[in-house]
Amino acid sequence: MSTATLKPADSPTPIPRAPMPPAFVEIDRLNFFYGDKQALFDITLGIPEKQVTALIGPSGCGKTTLLRCLNRMNDLVDVARIGSGEIRIDDINIYDPRVDVIELRKRVGMVFQKSNPFPKSIYENIAYGLRLHGIKQKSQLDEIVEKSLRGAALWDEVKDRLHDSGLGLSGGQQQRLCIARTIAVEPDVILMDEPCSALDPLATAKVEDLIQELKARFTIVIVTHNMQQAARVSDYTAFFYLGKLIEFQSTRDIFTNPKNPQTEAYVSGRFG
Amino acid sequence: MSESSYFPPRRSILRKPSWAARLESSFFVLLRVATYGVLLAAAAIFIDIGWKGGRVVFQAAPPFINVPFLTQAPETLNVFTLDGQTVKMGDRDFRAYKAANPEKLRDVHVSTYVYSAGGIFPNIVGTVLLVLGSMVIALALGVCSAVYLSEYAKDGPFIRLLRLSIANLAGVPSIVFGLFGFGLFVVAFDWNVSLIAGWFTLAFMVLPIIITASEEALRAVPKGLREGSLALGATKFQTIRTNVLPYALPGILTSSVLAIARVAGETAPIMFTAAYVVRDQMPWQVEQWTDFFFQGVMALPYHIYVVASKIPQNDYTSDVQYGTAFVFLFTVAAIALAAILLRARMRKKYRW
Repeated sequence: MSTATLKPADSPTPIPRAPMPPAFVEIDRLNFFYGDKQALFDITLGIPEKQVTALIGPSGCGKTTLLRCLNRMNDLVDVARIGSGEIRIDDINIYDPRVDVIELRKRVGMVFQKSNPFPKSIYENIAYGLRLHGIKQKSQLDEIVEKSLRGAALWDEVKDRLHDSGLGLSGGQQQRLCIARTIAVEPDVILMDEPCSALDPLATAKVEDLIQELKARFTIVIVTHNMQQAARVSDYTAFFYLGKLIEFQSTRDIFTNPKNPQTEAYVSGRFG
Repeated sequence: MSESSYFPPRRSILRKPSWAARLESSFFVLLRVATYGVLLAAAAIFIDIGWKGGRVVFQAAPPFINVPFLTQAPETLNVFTLDGQTVKMGDRDFRAYKAANPEKLRDVHVSTYVYSAGGIFPNIVGTVLLVLGSMVIALALGVCSAVYLSEYAKDGPFIRLLRLSIANLAGVPSIVFGLFGFGLFVVAFDWNVSLIAGWFTLAFMVLPIIITASEEALRAVPKGLREGSLALGATKFQTIRTNVLPYALPGILTSSVLAIARVAGETAPIMFTAAYVVRDQMPWQVEQWTDFFFQGVMALPYHIYVVASKIPQNDYTSDVQYGTAFVFLFTVAAIALAAILLRARMRKKYRW
């Protein structure tokens, strides 16, 4: 009896998987620490351009940490540091000392878990970022504000009250306002940190539709707890567990044909 | 074994008299009495000043307000008996009268009471100037320090020492601030007894209040707003200026209301640095505009101190004391009210 005849039961014949497209953001052997505690272990991941990439995994697996590494939001945490590895955009390591963090954040925008419109008018919420980019002309501001609100599928709901406070909007509208504010400054990449976790199903559906529209223009990375959401909105999915990248595949493959038994257990709801 | 046997038998839910309940209710009464006692003490002070001072400031005949008391400078009161009638005269009138009728007053005994005639206008002006100037300095310095401490400083031994020093500064008696201001601003800087020396002395006195409260207000601004701004590509300074500080302003102004009351009320810090017992010119009567900052002023709390320490005390002197105290409370309340209104407007503008 040869070993070959026993094999098939353990490892099924490989099903061909979708090839990975070239990466726009390259994460290369990244190790990340909070103080002495390592939060990310040797992450290598290429985020494809103008696609939606979902980061999934149980709480504390490091997916939000990784997301916040991409626009150096972790710089705000005193004890956070990169141990080794690089994150490259346009072949430039964003943690290189020569990198201007402000310029980086202008190119890598972020939408937060808890919607955080500024306590200003809807108009000013969007104009704020534009003014930071040196756009001062009223006519130009008006134009981009409208374009961004249309882009975030919010224009029809707020066009009559642009000068009312952004905090008067509903939760879902607030989150779309935050998206409008982010796309107004035309970043290359939009990071979304569980953007729908505080929203009801209808508002969630609107934001998800929006994400589908936005991927024509932006590279989107979304962290989500909700596996159905990852399956619905993303093209590629990375599964993290305990700070390690377990598997990165096209979303279809992750959910229907996972390579790793841990991934399979997680996406089928057996743990996490 | 039946289930109920694990538990003591069910008791009635009706209330039963017990020592604990009695103790609780008597303790409750004690708390209530203590609170009312405080209220009573405060009311006694305000009613006393309001009644006796109100009689000086208000009058029954039109225009119902004692206008000279609010618009004239203090004068010495001269009281004498002439033809069986008691005559009260301010110093200026008295001199004119004496020059006109020298023989009438030859053998008349004249009692003089310092600052008991005229009004307290220069004192009101002086106090308002001291409050405004010192609040500008205290807010500028205090808000800058608070922004540094809450937004920029990384926690370490030095910052902890700094915070400890600020906390200690709050406990320093005001007379020490007065002497410090005298030593530094009046003598070493050679500013003499002047508005500017008083401003800085008072500002340093209230800095701890302003810094501590401003820091609290800055910390209360949600982190999400800072992150939202930074994520759009704002610098830290732009973020603080446009998206942190404006929302913290109402809280900062709350602390400044407290500070205003202290600045306006303290006598000790200004008695060596800014206050004159009496001065004939008004603060705007200066030759050059720069002299404005280097002039001493009369101030309400110091005036109360001056008139209260004059002997003998009688109805004439107590009138001006109560009147000054009344106007003083009113001035502080007015300035504080202005700050509260400003805060309410800002709250409306920046609500989160």
